[in-house]
Amino acid sequence: MAYIDPHIHMVSRTTDDYRRMAQAGCVAITEPAFWAGFDRSSPAGFYDYFRQLTDVEPKRAAQYGIAHYCWLCINPKEAEDPAFAREVMKLIPEFLDKPNVLGIGEIGLNKNSRNELIILEEQIELAKQHERLILVHTPHLEDKLKGTRMTMDALINAGIDPGRVLIDHVEEHTVAEVLDRGFWAGMTLYPDSKCTPQRAVDIIECYGNERIWINSAGDWGPSDPLSVPKCHVEMRRRGHNQKLVEKISLENPLAFLGQSGRFILPEHS
Amino acid sequence: MPQQSCPLTSQQVVDIYFMEHRAKLLDIAAFLDRLERAEGHEGLQDVRVRALKKAIPLLIDSSCENHANRAERMLELLSDHTTEPTPAAHTQSALGADPNTDY
Repeated sequence: MAYIDPHIHMVSRTTDDYRRMAQAGCVAITEPAFWAGFDRSSPAGFYDYFRQLTDVEPKRAAQYGIAHYCWLCINPKEAEDPAFAREVMKLIPEFLDKPNVLGIGEIGLNKNSRNELIILEEQIELAKQHERLILVHTPHLEDKLKGTRMTMDALINAGIDPGRVLIDHVEEHTVAEVLDRGFWAGMTLYPDSKCTPQRAVDIIECYGNERIWINSAGDWGPSDPLSVPKCHVEMRRRGHNQKLVEKISLENPLAFLGQSGRFILPEHS
Repeated sequence: MPQQSCPLTSQQVVDIYFMEHRAKLLDIAAFLDRLERAEGHEGLQDVRVRALKKAIPLLIDSSCENHANRAERMLELLSDHTTEPTPAAHTQSALGADPNTDY
């Protein structure tokens, strides 16, 4: 079945992963800018990273018939130094008009600090000025509940339409509030942290299939670029029909990402 | 919030998932055994272990019955419930349990 993986970090994955994803039915991906596992020593490191996201990865993906889109930002793990973060943010407008850039992301909080919040607010403003969609990273583990609430408050206080924001990495303790406040919700399928495929399907059963998607967030850490089709297997194993699978992994991503005016689903059988 | 039920019967849920979760439960038991056999006692008082031991009773807490909210309550137990921004980020990583909670 054709599907979209709306959050995956292909800069950290091999070309063979692109091949396996294509064989599993992946037709499009979106890749948010994130932490590379180490702090970059200069804004120039980000400049090259943004070139990789807007120029190199689309070509690599195209070899396997996968459409590649991306999001740009300085991620919250490298946002504790506001002066450094602002230097990186100055680079972003130069790339915003590239055809595969959907919006600003994945912005958010990591340790819920004052400086992270300041930079989050400034990047929300950047998205607002350029009328772009926003993809939000929510913090890990014990920091998620507080960080998710702080981020939603910042977005609402800035006058952002929640229907143009996807709050990612939701779990059982955050999903209801995210949906109740009008945002889109993303579930990340990870082996140890975030959601397993089983828990993601539980959440869909409990909270419905509107304004929600699943993603692999495959990166350099423990993760699986095929976790999205594995979650489809979990849905079918329980007796859910194909319509639900397509709703979660095609219709919903298309509805949210289509608001960018740039996201086009490639033709698929 | 719309609610969809699991299409499986409760017996089918048991048949499909029991072995997988029996194994996970045994992993927790073996982890706690390993901890006691290891040298030194610091790990036994680690906030993550104290939090885990506090979370385990939620599995059979009668107040969770018929609410299907054990996972939600466990995640809440392991979360930071303060509301003000932290003054500064002194680390980039998270532990899995709130270091400032008295578990």
